[in-house]
Amino acid sequence: MKFAIINERLVPEPLLHQQEPTYPISNIETIPQPPINKDYSFNHDLQNLLTGKQLPLDELPYSIHEIHQHYENGCLIYRKGITFQKGKAKCERCGNTDQNWFAAYPCSRCGTSCTYCRRCLMMGRVSACTPLCSWSVVNSFSTNNSQLAWTGTLSQGQQTASTRVCESVANDSVLLVWAVCGAGKTEVLFEGIERALQQQKRVCIATPRTDVVLELTPRLQAVFPHIQVASLYGGSEDRHKQSPLTIATIHQLLRFYKAFDTIILDEVDAFPYSVDETLQYAVKNARKDQSSMIYLTATPNPKWRKECRLGKRNFVTIPARFHRHPLPVPEFVWCGRWQKPLKNGKLPQILMKWLHQRLQSQTQALLFIPKIDLIPVILPILHKLHPKIEAVHAEDPQRKEKVQRMRNKEIPILITTTILERGVTFPNLDVAVLGAEDRIFTESALVQIAGRVGRSKQYPTGNITFFHFGRTEAMTSARKQILSMNKEAVEKGLVDV
Amino acid sequence: MSDYCLSCHSGLIPEVSWSIFFTKTVPTYLCSSCENQLTLVGGPTCKICDRPLEKLDPQYVIGATCYDCVRWEEDPEWQSALLKNHSIYVYNDFLKEVISQYKFRGDYIIAKAFSENIRKKIKTIDYDILVPIPLSKERQYERGFNQSEGLIVEAGFQPTNFLQRIHSEKQSKKSRHDRIHVQQVFRCIGSDLSDKRILLIDDIYTTGSTLRHAAKLLKEEGAQSVSSLTLARG
Ligand SMILES: [Zn+2]
Ligand SMILES: [Zn+2]
Ligand SMILES: [Zn+2]
Ligand SMILES: [Zn+2]
Repeated sequence: MKFAIINERLVPEPLLHQQEPTYPISNIETIPQPPINKDYSFNHDLQNLLTGKQLPLDELPYSIHEIHQHYENGCLIYRKGITFQKGKAKCERCGNTDQNWFAAYPCSRCGTSCTYCRRCLMMGRVSACTPLCSWSVVNSFSTNNSQLAWTGTLSQGQQTASTRVCESVANDSVLLVWAVCGAGKTEVLFEGIERALQQQKRVCIATPRTDVVLELTPRLQAVFPHIQVASLYGGSEDRHKQSPLTIATIHQLLRFYKAFDTIILDEVDAFPYSVDETLQYAVKNARKDQSSMIYLTATPNPKWRKECRLGKRNFVTIPARFHRHPLPVPEFVWCGRWQKPLKNGKLPQILMKWLHQRLQSQTQALLFIPKIDLIPVILPILHKLHPKIEAVHAEDPQRKEKVQRMRNKEIPILITTTILERGVTFPNLDVAVLGAEDRIFTESALVQIAGRVGRSKQYPTGNITFFHFGRTEAMTSARKQILSMNKEAVEKGLVDV
Repeated sequence: MSDYCLSCHSGLIPEVSWSIFFTKTVPTYLCSSCENQLTLVGGPTCKICDRPLEKLDPQYVIGATCYDCVRWEEDPEWQSALLKNHSIYVYNDFLKEVISQYKFRGDYIIAKAFSENIRKKIKTIDYDILVPIPLSKERQYERGFNQSEGLIVEAGFQPTNFLQRIHSEKQSKKSRHDRIHVQQVFRCIGSDLSDKRILLIDDIYTTGSTLRHAAKLLKEEGAQSVSSLTLARG
């Protein structure tokens, strides 16, 4: 699509009555925006589709005639999909400025060598002639009944955090909620979300992982039964649903533009948010200028922890679990050069003994290993201990099924890569890490892994052992972090000792 | 030359060797692990459609021709419409993914990954004019480019748009019979084809019916012969 400029208005090529010079939208310096015509009877479906969104023009299921009329009446905004500064391209949808992620093609739509962004191509191509469309007025959501239907009670630590979340929602500030694994962080959000909805604010809970979206949606729908929760992930059907409460993967935020009054970002430290600046841009773009931002994590990165220490970051901790028992502290067990004997079918005696004890006491266990290629070596060795021992990894097509069988207690010991480091909860569980010195086991990975143990009220304790060939800083720091949380919990009277 | 693999975006490390001072280096666009997942068509192939014969049940091979082609050639309407098809790669899962990234996601630059092999292949074929299989107007607008044309252009050749599509591309649900007997798929907009040897370009050879429809029409318009080149052999 190309546009002409007539009387300080854009006119799309197909709507021109006579020959005029036309340009790809990225070549137009400033895009004129007509004032809002209050008497215009706009299309409500189009409004629903575009409010708080940024969608490529060709994704809108309406005629260019109808779409453009909304622009002329001030309801719709066109923005450039790609902008250029000093010859350098920037993708306005995903924020990419790395020139290696751009390419060009001889474009049939605009007849130029058209630059496009490869970084966010999976969400539909944005190129130099692509207008991104948004609704111009972001109206608030009137929610008839946003009452919270939850009868549970918060622990003392949760209550403190919940109050801080409410404050942050009320005064549009940024807050980090640093809650240990098993603190019950979801409940901490309920009150804040209720307040936001009552104030006609639009809330989004964003997380890096689809499983979390799938798990959170029914939980939140149950506690807010009077609203429709929108659940967005790759392939979900709620894509165009407008809701006061959206639960989405961070990737899906790329479709939004100045949409939310409150964004709650779950597991900020988990891949890929912490490594991917595209996603940081997406979060920034999806917030309204005036909005609150709440980060939830059990393992903030060292930079953030330092900022907390120095008083440069607004944060609240929940140092104890809801069941008022301290976090299990990892034991370090040196197991020597374990990789070599493995080639001859031998695992360290001391690890074999540990596993044997779990089988005897019928305590389920997870055995974390650093590399996927170790599975075919280790699994046959452990099958001699018990034939029902299984292994799982990220690309395992039976991953879900195996986790379920573990839940059903059909698997006594599950060997896993770091893929099960977060999210999964089994009630009565011990955990071992083999090769804890490996680089893949970062401080936060080890804290998360240790956090699998003692989650339930019935079994609040358990054993976590790092089998290693040389203690690393990550191991020491992880233990230190756990000990310091336990200490804080005692001081605040959040555990029963 | 690109610094990153066009398929997986891992960094490309230029191979350091003395030969770079003496010979022209071939630009690389894929990392070795992606490149290794591409399989060139090789071994004995059908003399008409270039289908590898090795994995074919012997009862479907007649001489050096596959049974499909025998059936086409037995039909007087289609006999020798298509002189010969040339295909470069086996249409495996990896190539399927790369081609879909190229044409459905519209990642045009992927064409460069194939340009060297296309260039080499075209040089071995005798032809006068390169004609890409066209898209319908709507489809071309939607996609922004014609994938067959892109393959030729990026390989450094000049395409000639002699064909126009009359019907839409949506034929996947039709049976073989329907596909063959659909009245006209293309219209010829070229002039003076007499005695010209035409090389049609398409991304994938699956049933061969699209290429044969185009070939038949071009021959009726006076072309001396029509062959085809496809990136993949399904
Ligand atoms: Zn982009
Ligand atoms: Zn264009
Ligand atoms: Zn690659
Ligand atoms: Zn054949």
